[in-house]
Amino acid sequence: MAAHTKSLILAALLGFVVPLCVESPLAQTPPQRIISIIPSTTEMLFAMGAGPRVVGVGNFDRYPPEAGTRTKVGGLVDPDVERILSLRPDLVVMYGTQTDLRTQMNRAGIPIFLYRHAGLADITTTIRQLGVRVGSVKESTVLADRIEADIADVKRRVAGRPRPRTLLVFGRDAETLRGIYASGGIGFLHDMLEAAGGVNVFADIKRESIQTTSELAVARAPEVIVEIGIDTASTSARNLRAWDALPSIPAVRTKRIYELRGDGMMNPGPRISASVRRMAEVLHRDAFTGSDPRTGGGLQGLGRTATSDPRTSTGVRPR
Amino acid sequence: MNVGRRIAATWLLFGSCAVLACLLAPLVGSTRISFWRVFDSSVPFTENTDAQIFFVARLPRVLAAAIVGSALAASGVVLQALLRNPLATPFTLGVSAGAALGAMLALTLNLSSGIAGFSAVPLASFAGSLGAVAIVYALARARHRGLSTNVLLLAGVTLNSFFSALILFVQFLSDFTQTFRTVRWLMGDLDVSSYVPLMAAAPPIALSFGAFAVLPRSMNLLSVSDENAATRGVDVHRTQRLAFLSASLATGAAVSLGGPVGFIGIVVPHLVRLMVGADHRLVLPAAAFGGAAFLVACDTVSRTALAPLEIPVGVVTAIIGGPFFLWLLIRSR
Repeated sequence: MAAHTKSLILAALLGFVVPLCVESPLAQTPPQRIISIIPSTTEMLFAMGAGPRVVGVGNFDRYPPEAGTRTKVGGLVDPDVERILSLRPDLVVMYGTQTDLRTQMNRAGIPIFLYRHAGLADITTTIRQLGVRVGSVKESTVLADRIEADIADVKRRVAGRPRPRTLLVFGRDAETLRGIYASGGIGFLHDMLEAAGGVNVFADIKRESIQTTSELAVARAPEVIVEIGIDTASTSARNLRAWDALPSIPAVRTKRIYELRGDGMMNPGPRISASVRRMAEVLHRDAFTGSDPRTGGGLQGLGRTATSDPRTSTGVRPR
Repeated sequence: MNVGRRIAATWLLFGSCAVLACLLAPLVGSTRISFWRVFDSSVPFTENTDAQIFFVARLPRVLAAAIVGSALAASGVVLQALLRNPLATPFTLGVSAGAALGAMLALTLNLSSGIAGFSAVPLASFAGSLGAVAIVYALARARHRGLSTNVLLLAGVTLNSFFSALILFVQFLSDFTQTFRTVRWLMGDLDVSSYVPLMAAAPPIALSFGAFAVLPRSMNLLSVSDENAATRGVDVHRTQRLAFLSASLATGAAVSLGGPVGFIGIVVPHLVRLMVGADHRLVLPAAAFGGAAFLVACDTVSRTALAPLEIPVGVVTAIIGGPFFLWLLIRSR
């Protein structure tokens, strides 16, 4: 009887344990063939040392340059499922809105990592979670800690200084004041601006982006205008002179209009702290001049960085 | 009432509507400004926020709305008469699709430098519209004496679809932000922020309106039949050519200024026909002034309804114009 009970318990235990044993290697073994479709997660994976295990990237993933050598598998709205499957991935990193792709991966039995970004703080959260998922816990923690420390450093430097009312533009028709897209009061661009020591003139509009008119630009009276863009080709001075049509804007009167270019500026990935710093440097020049060996300090230093590697850096163009 | 007096009454009534709209619209907007401060000469212009909002942000925009509305509505009248089709719009013959393709390419290729102070997107869209007009015109003239309106219509509609496919292809190749900007361009945007785009669009539109001025009598006869017009001394081919080219030129210039604002070219002509009858001597000026007033009014709604957010003006024209037109249609039967 006792032996019978023992064997029953053993069978029951096996019944539970065996599936766990089958399941656990999948969950525990770090994935070896990772696909990442969004530029920011691709960059995160490379930054945490998981780059050699990345086999496929999104069509718009250009950083680090090594990512460009991987197979392209489509983008946020048009992932190429056939190509994804043909790469036999053991993890697909995708954005939360890619529901169709998620269904298809589930059907194919391919593990996925989903994430969503609503603001600046989510970036390091994603880095940590992704690190756990791909088995690079230590590296991802170091990376996330470094980003948070850098942002905290920027916040500390600008603390207590007058915060300029800033218009953060991320799109505009060349050489005119038409089609101006600016950051609204939510999202990582807004958070970046706040962390860099500025006050968003559209903080009251709870949208990530808004199309603003010249009337609103005048009415909101920004003291600084920061234009950011992903294309590294620096635009002509004539482009920024379009603002001269509205001389009552304080930023135009005091010539505080800056252009920050480089694909890192609009990418909620590991380079975000550098972008926050660049923004802070144009908003609070005094807080940074000649003080930090890492960037060479101040605008001059950024200018040098821009020439050394235009792909990764931000050209700063004060008028 | 004789025709001369009716024409005068139409000009007076619709003309004052348009002028009134243009005078009142700059007074309202997303920001409250003081009318007295706008004209206060003791404050220099560079420091006068109210004056800049009035003269730089609002006035060019209201004038752009008036020009675009007027050009699209008048072109609609001319093309409906030319094609003898009440469903014809300024966009039926491929002009707007050509313009859209041009604008799309300029936005996607990130063309930044314009020519002679005019920026790249309007220039490219105007060039696109002229290209489309040239293709449709060449097709309609090939193997026909004069213009074949049937070929014109079929070639225009086909070209529209063809260009739309090219537009989708360009959009597919472009990145996310560019796609968003191009989609937004298609909804129409009158925030021109300077007088330069107005001056660029004015000459071709003025030229077209000059042509429109000599068309109404012939259009009255043409809208019955070509034979009817020919027997009464109308040079049918010349009139058709003039009508097509002038309407296309006006449409191309209007689209390059404000984007393809939909609905005006069809709803305003029919609206004024319900009011003044079918005589083109009345319909054409009424539509030109009515289109201006209608688009200025719609743009004012677009600027103020959800301020500080802005509803795309093409959305407003359809949402206001559609039900209003249907109501008039039912009432008049």
